Amino acid sequence: MSAAPLFTPPPRDPARSFQDMILTLHDFWSAEAGCVILQPYDMRMGAGTFHTATTLRALGPEPWNAAFVQPCRRPTDGRYGENPNRLQHYYQYQVILKPSPSDIQELYLKSLAAIGIDPLAHDIRFVEDDWESPTLGAWGLGWEVWCDGMEVTQFTYFQQMGGFDCKPVAGELTYGLERLAMYIQGVDNVYDLAFNSSGVTYGEVFLENERQMSKWNFEVANTDALFDLFAKAEAECRNALSAGVPIAAYEQAVEASHVFNLLQARGVISVQERASYMGRVRDLARSSCEAYAEKMSPDWQAKYPGWSLV
Amino acid sequence: MADFLLELRCEEIPARMQAGARAELEKLFRRELDAAGVKAGELTIWSTPRRLALIARGLPLATEAVSEEAKGPPEGAPDAAIDGFCKKAGVSRDQLELRDVKGRMTYFAVIEQPGRAMADVLAAAIPAIIRDFSWPKSMRWGAASISTDSIRWVRPLSGIVALLDDAVVPCEVGGIAAGRETYGHRFHAKGPITIDGVDEYAIKLRDAFVIVGHEERQNIIRADVAKAFEDMGLEVIADEGLVIENAGLTEWPVPLVGGFDEAFLAVPPEVIQLSARLNQKYFMARTADETLAPVFACVANIAAHDGGALVVAGNEKVLAARLSDARFFWEQDQKTSLEDHAKKLARITFHEKLGTVADKVERVAKLARWLCEEGIVTDTPLPLAGGAGGGHEPAPTDIPTPNPSRRREGDLADLAEAAARLCKADLVTEMVGEFPELQGLMGGYYAAKEGLPQEVAEAIRDHYKPVGQGDDVPTAPVTVAVSLADKLDTLATFFAIGELPTGSKDPFALRRAALGILALIQSNELRFPIAQTAFDATSLLLWQIADQNRAFTWDGDEQNEQLITAHPESFEVHWLNRDWYVMFGQARDPYSPVGTDDEMAFIGADGVHLWKHRDALIAEFANFFADRLKVQQREAGVRHDLIDAVFALGGEDDLVRLLARVQALQAFVTTEDGTNLLAGYKRAANILKKESFAADEGGLALSYTPEEAEKALIDALDSAAPLAEQAVAEERFADAMAALATLRASLDRFFEEVTVNDAQADKRSARLALLARFRDAVHRVADFSRIEG
Repeated sequence: MSAAPLFTPPPRDPARSFQDMILTLHDFWSAEAGCVILQPYDMRMGAGTFHTATTLRALGPEPWNAAFVQPCRRPTDGRYGENPNRLQHYYQYQVILKPSPSDIQELYLKSLAAIGIDPLAHDIRFVEDDWESPTLGAWGLGWEVWCDGMEVTQFTYFQQMGGFDCKPVAGELTYGLERLAMYIQGVDNVYDLAFNSSGVTYGEVFLENERQMSKWNFEVANTDALFDLFAKAEAECRNALSAGVPIAAYEQAVEASHVFNLLQARGVISVQERASYMGRVRDLARSSCEAYAEKMSPDWQAKYPGWSLV
Repeated sequence: MADFLLELRCEEIPARMQAGARAELEKLFRRELDAAGVKAGELTIWSTPRRLALIARGLPLATEAVSEEAKGPPEGAPDAAIDGFCKKAGVSRDQLELRDVKGRMTYFAVIEQPGRAMADVLAAAIPAIIRDFSWPKSMRWGAASISTDSIRWVRPLSGIVALLDDAVVPCEVGGIAAGRETYGHRFHAKGPITIDGVDEYAIKLRDAFVIVGHEERQNIIRADVAKAFEDMGLEVIADEGLVIENAGLTEWPVPLVGGFDEAFLAVPPEVIQLSARLNQKYFMARTADETLAPVFACVANIAAHDGGALVVAGNEKVLAARLSDARFFWEQDQKTSLEDHAKKLARITFHEKLGTVADKVERVAKLARWLCEEGIVTDTPLPLAGGAGGGHEPAPTDIPTPNPSRRREGDLADLAEAAARLCKADLVTEMVGEFPELQGLMGGYYAAKEGLPQEVAEAIRDHYKPVGQGDDVPTAPVTVAVSLADKLDTLATFFAIGELPTGSKDPFALRRAALGILALIQSNELRFPIAQTAFDATSLLLWQIADQNRAFTWDGDEQNEQLITAHPESFEVHWLNRDWYVMFGQARDPYSPVGTDDEMAFIGADGVHLWKHRDALIAEFANFFADRLKVQQREAGVRHDLIDAVFALGGEDDLVRLLARVQALQAFVTTEDGTNLLAGYKRAANILKKESFAADEGGLALSYTPEEAEKALIDALDSAAPLAEQAVAEERFADAMAALATLRASLDRFFEEVTVNDAQADKRSARLALLARFRDAVHRVADFSRIEG
């Protein structure tokens, strides 16, 4: 006779709780695609794609299925908490499936159904939208997925990463969690979202954060310190590269990229300088990806005879 | 006879690629059948977002046996050559035949190709079609993509249906075997559908909520959207591109109508339409009084169980968010005057060697003012001096001609300069940042809102025009001045820095700028020397460079180096008659404490460039405009030999006059006078050529008594030549040609009665000189030697 479990999770309510929507997606991708459910990368970054579970794992021949929430920081999108759908900090839900399974579209649509979107009541469409990140030396083909005319997901088949052909190709899904939740919960202001089923709103969690961080991003951040941080991250990236630890180098590239975004928000980078800074960030990120791929190649080749990086 | 069905099913094909994909499928299918010796008849080709389908009817069940012959080396050729030929032809040596070819015995191989079953031909053709298919962008996917050799398609390929009548054509590509199963609508139909014959295909798909014919879907969208608006008393704003795009996004199109808050109509209608069309692919409607109605039609891909209420509500929300963004931009932009917006242009690089957009604006403003002050752009366009062979006003001695009847010349220059200074200001507005297509238009709106003169607002709005062939060509004088100045500056300054279009490469769209300039000149009959004016436009850039202390001139030797110095004062005096060296980039401060040699450099130092010489630039402009004009005239249907005949005269810098000449010539050559003149000219020119007559040979004064016919020609020429010459001077080109045509009778008689090649040298040379005089008179009008016929 087995003892009754001390705790049984209550049924998820993704249509009325932001966190239940996330937990449902975790349940779904864990069960349906054997994804590892990761926690967010503990660094400031502009998109889930920067997570090493996406960029670095897209390289190489090994299968890799992962799902995670990534907080994204876009300093210039801050609106001091006054705009109903623009935030300088928001969440993306990332799924990366390598190699891309043949039923990836069906899986994705099933995940939408799981969080409460009925495809015979809502018009779901795959509209051409290719993706390119010169910073990462990456590009892919895919779509933006529309739900009743609103973009809810970016769907990409990575073709290149860090300047290398993806062998094999990974499928990447990026759900915009807040807009999806606003849609499902039927609210017009992001701060009105129910965060959980116990009456806590998104605004209670993040509104003050948006106000203060917008002010800091646009007005307060010490620009001399930021320029200094940029230079230090750049130097540390090179240091890590020359020491043969490309993952550490990649982290510094991510850091430099975010510091550059902060400098942009502070409005201290001229149009001419902008291109040069972007070139520097690109150089760091690509060098790190390249170094990682080259460092890993012997292992990959040993496990996958006949496979080659280029 | 058999019918063939091919369906290539894949994940969503971008709407914009579907028409090209249908053409590609047809091309490759025909190529494969041609190679098998089968003529494919009429093909039906359909596309949806998720499939390409092809139906070929009446194919033979087998290809015919073909017997091909190949000619080989002659008898007695080296063995290696004969063996090589056998190998190539796939026959053995004893199968060769010997035949007589022009008296020489030559080997022939007869290659028998037996007939093949159509199913076999198709089974080989399908993989070839898929592998050779060219998409604008294609990709790899799935487990197979561990090798870069895996098949490529626009998006993952998921299934192949290939049926010849009711039998599957067995083949396999990239791990996908052809079969008879397909899938219907993504949401409305579950599970596979089995196709048993070609004729069932479209019907079974329709049962599974897929209308496979793209044209049928287009018709549904076009008709249903129009009808839905009509029922509301509105008229759809037709947009065929949007019809095709929506048909390319849906397998089961269901147009639905929604609305938006009327308050958004405060935003310019172009903005609302663009946002709705570009971002959301919605159709818009207008009311009976031609204003935009606060409604839209979207095209859903489902027959929703609630009739689409949720879909409409969702789309309304999205559009409202977009429109409130647009309204925010519209209101935000107006908080700053265009003048203040324009100041921010100093932060935008136009081109690294040409400075910022603010620098460009400064040049365009000066040029626009100058074009008005010089009377090139006026309130009342000047007619051609002589009209089209009509009036007899005195010829302009110096173009452009001042016109005393012109009003408020100063006002026009002021307005043109003011408009030019603001014409690019909208580039830094939020709205144009979001919708670059609205450049110009938004500036025009903001200018009107600010209460600037209407001419200025219109000039800002329209100064990019004409954008392409068929676009409206501005005629409002202020707009003409700004548009012309903008295009001249772009073209001239890129030439000055050596960025000329080459072959198919024209990254700065200079050919388009030139066509715009030509259209402005022609539509407005602008009289000015084009190459010289383009050169003047480059000088504005050089002056800017000098102002920024980046122009240097030779200043002596120093330790075997050629020293060059920047001296603003000496530039002002000598800018036209010295060689200048320039540095590109930011303004230099010669007295900056950083570095004491700031105002000096050496020829050949890094970053020092020799500025192009005036004559070289003018020649480049003249050639470029001549080429563009030739292309333009040829496309307009003018005979190229006539264009050549006029261009061969050379030295014509006034394009209006040049075109008047071309047009007069075109009208003239087909008349009887024209034919006569041409015939006479050719005869005279042939004799001159045959006798190798040099211009300085022989004078006009006669040392003998001329024959009667000779005298008659001299007299006729004496009276006709000055008439023609005067007519040319007065730009009455038709009159000039008519005057010369009167010479035909005397000329014919001269040729009949007079021996040009007389034994007496003085007679011969005088007669040749007479013919040369006639030829030269004709050349004043056009180089008739270039005219065919």
